Amino acid sequence: MSKHRVTATVNGDAVEFLCETGETLLEALRDELQLTGTKEGCGTGDCGACSVMLDGRLVCSCLVLGVEAQGKTIETVEGMAKGDELHPLQRKFLEHAALQCGICTPGMLISARALLERNPDPTEEEVRYWLAGNLCRCTGYHKIVEAVLDAAREMRGA
Amino acid sequence: MLASHRLSLAWIGRGVEIERKFVPCTIKKGSEMIEMRYEAPRTLKAAVALLAAANGRAKVLAGGTDLLIQMRSGRIDPELLIDVKCIPELRTIAEEKGGYRFGAAVSAMELVEHEGLARMWPGVIDAVKLIGSIQVKGRATVGGNLCNASPAADSVPALVAAGALARIIGPGGRREVPVEEIPAGPGLTSLRAGEMVVSILLPKRPQRSGDAYLRFTPRTEMDIAVVGAGVNLTLNAKGVCSRARVSLGAVAERVLLLPDAAAALIGQRVDAAALERLAAAASAACRPIDDKRGTKEYRIKVAGVMARRAAQIAVKRAKGEV
Amino acid sequence: MTVKYQEKPLKIVGTRPLRPDGVDKVTGRARYAADYNLPGQLIGKVLRSPHAHARIKSIDTSKAAALPGVKALVTRDDFADMPVEYAASGELTINFRDVTRNMMAREKVFYDGHPVAAVAATSASIAREALKLIKVEYEVLPHVIDVLEAMKPDAPLLHEHQFTDGVTPKPDKPSNVAKRMVFALGSLEEGFKQADLVIEREFNTKPVHQGYIEPQACVASYTEDGQVELWTGTQGHFVFRAQLAKVLQMDVSKIRVTATELGGGFGGKNNIYNEPLAIALSRKSHRPVKMVMTREEVFRATGPTSGANVKIKMGCTRDGRITAADAELNFQAGAFAGSSVGMASMCTFTRYDLDNVRVVGNDVTVNRPKVAAYRAPGAPIAVFGVESVIDEMARKLGIDPIDFRLKNAAKEGTQTYYGPTLGPIGFVETLNRAKAHPNYRLPLGPDQGRGIATGFWFNIGKETSSTVHVNEDGTVTLIIGIVDVAGGTRATMAMMVAEEFGIDYDKVRPVVGDTSALGFNFITAGSRGTFAGGMAAVLAARDAMEKLCRRVARIRDVPPEAVAWKDGRAQPAEGSGTQFKPMSLEEIAREAGRTGGTISGHSEINAEGAGPGFGTHIADVEVDRETGSIKILRYTIVQDVGKAIHPAYVEGQFEGGAVQGIGWALNEEYVYGADGVLQNPGFLDYRVPVASDVPFIDSVIVEVPNPNHPYGVRGCGEVPIIAPMAAISNAVENAIGVRLREQPMSPPRVLKAIEAAALATTQD
Ligand SMILES: Cc1cc2nc3c(=O)[nH]c(=O)nc-3n(C[C@H](O)[C@H](O)[C@H](O)COP(=O)(O)OP(=O)(O)OC[C@H]3O[C@@H](n4cnc5c(N)ncnc54)[C@H](O)[C@@H]3O)c2cc1C
Ligand code: FES
Ligand code: FES
Repeated sequence: MSKHRVTATVNGDAVEFLCETGETLLEALRDELQLTGTKEGCGTGDCGACSVMLDGRLVCSCLVLGVEAQGKTIETVEGMAKGDELHPLQRKFLEHAALQCGICTPGMLISARALLERNPDPTEEEVRYWLAGNLCRCTGYHKIVEAVLDAAREMRGA
Repeated sequence: MLASHRLSLAWIGRGVEIERKFVPCTIKKGSEMIEMRYEAPRTLKAAVALLAAANGRAKVLAGGTDLLIQMRSGRIDPELLIDVKCIPELRTIAEEKGGYRFGAAVSAMELVEHEGLARMWPGVIDAVKLIGSIQVKGRATVGGNLCNASPAADSVPALVAAGALARIIGPGGRREVPVEEIPAGPGLTSLRAGEMVVSILLPKRPQRSGDAYLRFTPRTEMDIAVVGAGVNLTLNAKGVCSRARVSLGAVAERVLLLPDAAAALIGQRVDAAALERLAAAASAACRPIDDKRGTKEYRIKVAGVMARRAAQIAVKRAKGEV
Repeated sequence: MTVKYQEKPLKIVGTRPLRPDGVDKVTGRARYAADYNLPGQLIGKVLRSPHAHARIKSIDTSKAAALPGVKALVTRDDFADMPVEYAASGELTINFRDVTRNMMAREKVFYDGHPVAAVAATSASIAREALKLIKVEYEVLPHVIDVLEAMKPDAPLLHEHQFTDGVTPKPDKPSNVAKRMVFALGSLEEGFKQADLVIEREFNTKPVHQGYIEPQACVASYTEDGQVELWTGTQGHFVFRAQLAKVLQMDVSKIRVTATELGGGFGGKNNIYNEPLAIALSRKSHRPVKMVMTREEVFRATGPTSGANVKIKMGCTRDGRITAADAELNFQAGAFAGSSVGMASMCTFTRYDLDNVRVVGNDVTVNRPKVAAYRAPGAPIAVFGVESVIDEMARKLGIDPIDFRLKNAAKEGTQTYYGPTLGPIGFVETLNRAKAHPNYRLPLGPDQGRGIATGFWFNIGKETSSTVHVNEDGTVTLIIGIVDVAGGTRATMAMMVAEEFGIDYDKVRPVVGDTSALGFNFITAGSRGTFAGGMAAVLAARDAMEKLCRRVARIRDVPPEAVAWKDGRAQPAEGSGTQFKPMSLEEIAREAGRTGGTISGHSEINAEGAGPGFGTHIADVEVDRETGSIKILRYTIVQDVGKAIHPAYVEGQFEGGAVQGIGWALNEEYVYGADGVLQNPGFLDYRVPVASDVPFIDSVIVEVPNPNHPYGVRGCGEVPIIAPMAAISNAVENAIGVRLREQPMSPPRVLKAIEAAALATTQD
């Protein structure tokens, strides 16, 4: 079976992988590139566990084909920390106990970062609606929303 | 005409849901699996050529938020995917004759972020905002929402109310049709073999106009409309409604344009009595089914409520109050 | 065994340090079952029944086997039949005869999604293609989905060998009612005679799914010498090992299970599904096999909780004293017997001090997936009925709903109707704190309402073991056998161990050991993690400290009694009259190799004395009368946890449990078609709450120590889900005067109830 050869940039690194037409970007990341930080909770766009940035847009990687990533820039949770330093959202998630099982966490973090890049000072309601595409079954969202608001505060220097 | 058994399927979907049992088999000859091909043409001409050559075995791929799910579940099994996101005509938003033309493959997030569009057609943009999550909107397109032909598609009632026109290209050239003529039934469009939608024109609108789209879903987000209602109206200088278009989603086999409901508003001050008549006309026009997302009675009742509430917002917008 | 609670000044317990698994989780490095890959692994997929009920006439796998890339196939023929044999699995009991039939159908398929064959191939796409080539011939049988329908004598029968257990004389006709149980105290007749007000109502709830975000996944490797290694997402790797050894007829010692990081369970990962199939496929193919469920498979084939029919009849005096309480609980068990109806029966009225009680529970098989535990299994269903009736009584009598409950509240010494007498509990405290809470007095707007409800859960102990290694630099490795199902068990155990040793929290590294690292540990269920696991970890630490003291006695050449452990050091025991230079943990550890070898502490216990937990909830809602939509405005939980080792994680349990309860109350339900096929096996139409559906949850932690735990812990994970359905339903009644006795209170149901009520008043 012939496969597509795809080149892309993932977390700043040039990568190359092979995939069948039907394979998703999520499968390519996890199975071909061994970047298993991005999770699959549903495979149908409903849970947000697979959230990544694709050319600066927040998307579900389970709803993108691997071939569509040709020439694109992808950011995943593995690229959030800079060296020894966690992203403020990562730190605030830890401090606020905003994760339990953690399966939703990579997607939540990517999604929350995309929010704060557009809107550095969101209201509670804005955070809740933005994160509506990321299901969490453990936390009831309480501490996640608190962590995002607190990270926003810190990042604004307020 | 639609075969009646198709209607009996649970059709109010983000996709058209054909029962799991009838999963088509991809095994063609012997036990050899046929590969699915992928093409990303850069011109309309190339896309049309690919589509024409595939004899109905190709699928246009826009955002893929419906298509990938249908493929994953085995509901469809195309031999060729034609990714139309590299074709400039499908990717641009531009002013045209005082209105806006946007490409069928512009993502929902790009539309939502466009200030001019949101100012001129806030109801349409409200509808686009309701499509899935932020993630889904990062990929989903209005062209896909329309051509997927789900009766519950959110942007379609708003476009229909707005009087939007779709530009179509195909082996026979270009044509322009009102949006409401495209969906033909659950998962069915009036597009002819080898045709695709290029762009959508939201026309220039008169002064003192307002539009709104509301839907009912059990959850606040991440849900498919149980009922959706789009209202677009214009008031004259005295505050009397001079033009109106009303449209409903998820209450029939396709999105409906309701002249009777519009008539309840035209010539009126859009007061409580007119709104009640609108609601009654909207409910009367419904011909829904029972399915996992709602019962017939519920849809009929709530259709009136949504139409009334949408009209109230549209009036406020026309008066410049919001 | 138990360990007595001792009050003492605390340095670490009660603070909020970061979780040891946290950094890996925020950086994407935590490894869940689906993240594991073995060299040469195959991908396994399952063929599932499209029918709700059918006899399997034949299975032909020959075409699939011939597909290039297919390496192994298994069907019922590859597994031994098993006799009836019961075992505990989490909070529910399993029967191996059923387990083997649930993992792979034998004579019949019993639900849409029931496995009938499995295949392992070199890629997922080949495995999927292979499934399509398997020919199964079915004889479709009539099916039954609804619990009351299934109880009728002429209902389609699932199991020809199933005669209702618990009735005399033994029935001579098989039935879908697998078991009937009765709990009773006093005399109902007497009780109802004393009553001024009697209310009798019927309630119905739908099955809901635990809804963990991580689908079940495992990787199995069966080696040529008959050893199995298995990585899986489980709440109890030792229990999985035991079940696998049984169904695969292997020695326990030959199976090693590693519990990977778990992406949520809530009771739903107490049972084996793909694991035995993966092992069997690996045995046949001589290669490791990985199996990951799709979300659709999770919904169709893994255990939801029961849907149920509940009848409640209660009587009380004019001043609000309950005189009699009667309940009938009819629970769907799914395809095989063993629902949570027993647990639910015992929880039904156990918040109140009652003299005359009866609870009858029926466990009913229906053509749905076999139910699994879900957070306080069964209790929310029964409590929904009882707390609704109590609310109605309080309202009719004009008594404040909290006062009504206070009048009847269970206290230390209350005799329960299922057996034990309650020890020190904090129920009254939760009621009083709820009553004093500012949220209880906030003004409400039009169509807004407030509801109260309460919950009780036993909490459990059971077999637990733990090891503490004092490393050569004085740091501590803590090995626990309880799976950290994500509540933060590793953190809380490390905190208790650090507190015991008197060292910093970050000097203790907790690890969940695989099944070869420790002796048997029961599953993480029944809120036992911090209670039983904590007790075992503390005892292991104390064992190590004793050894440390003995070692110091030898080094310092003093009698062993003269050495005591205090503030992280071995010091002269008070009153021993001996003097010597104290030694820190680090000093002892450094010398350990030369002074007698490494030092470790162990404990193997059967933890007893779990402290029951009680909670009181306040829900504020607003109802849209035109659409029937319910908005949760505020939600307050007041709960006694004994002791909050890590208060943030306790709040996390409150918040998560409450929101699951809100989902149950508002929109979650399994929707079946007339053909018995599940229509909403995905997160779009199975509507768990999203972030914008819920408010912040106000948590109030009450601490009435459990006398049988060294730090007073009760366990807190399950109580939070019990009251929401009732609290929200009571709030809706308060808002619009319409009472809903059906869950979920989805908009169509609410609107229908509003219209029915309007019709009733116009007809009056
Ligand atoms: C989690 C989730 C939530 C969702 N929620 C909503 C919602 O709330 N409301 C809603 O309306 N929808 C919802 N959807 C459905 C979906 O996102 C929308 O229908 C979306 O607009 C489809 O656009 P697309 O570009 O992704 O379409 P695609 O999947 O790319 O295409 C859909 C169909 O249209 C055809 N097509 C696409 N473009 C063209 C074209 N230019 N010409 C001809 N044919 C074309 C394709 O061949 C395919 O048959 C949801 C989907 C998901 C996954
Ligand atoms: S896995 Fe992509 S949204 Fe759930
Ligand atoms: S922390 Fe478990 S799903 Fe969010």
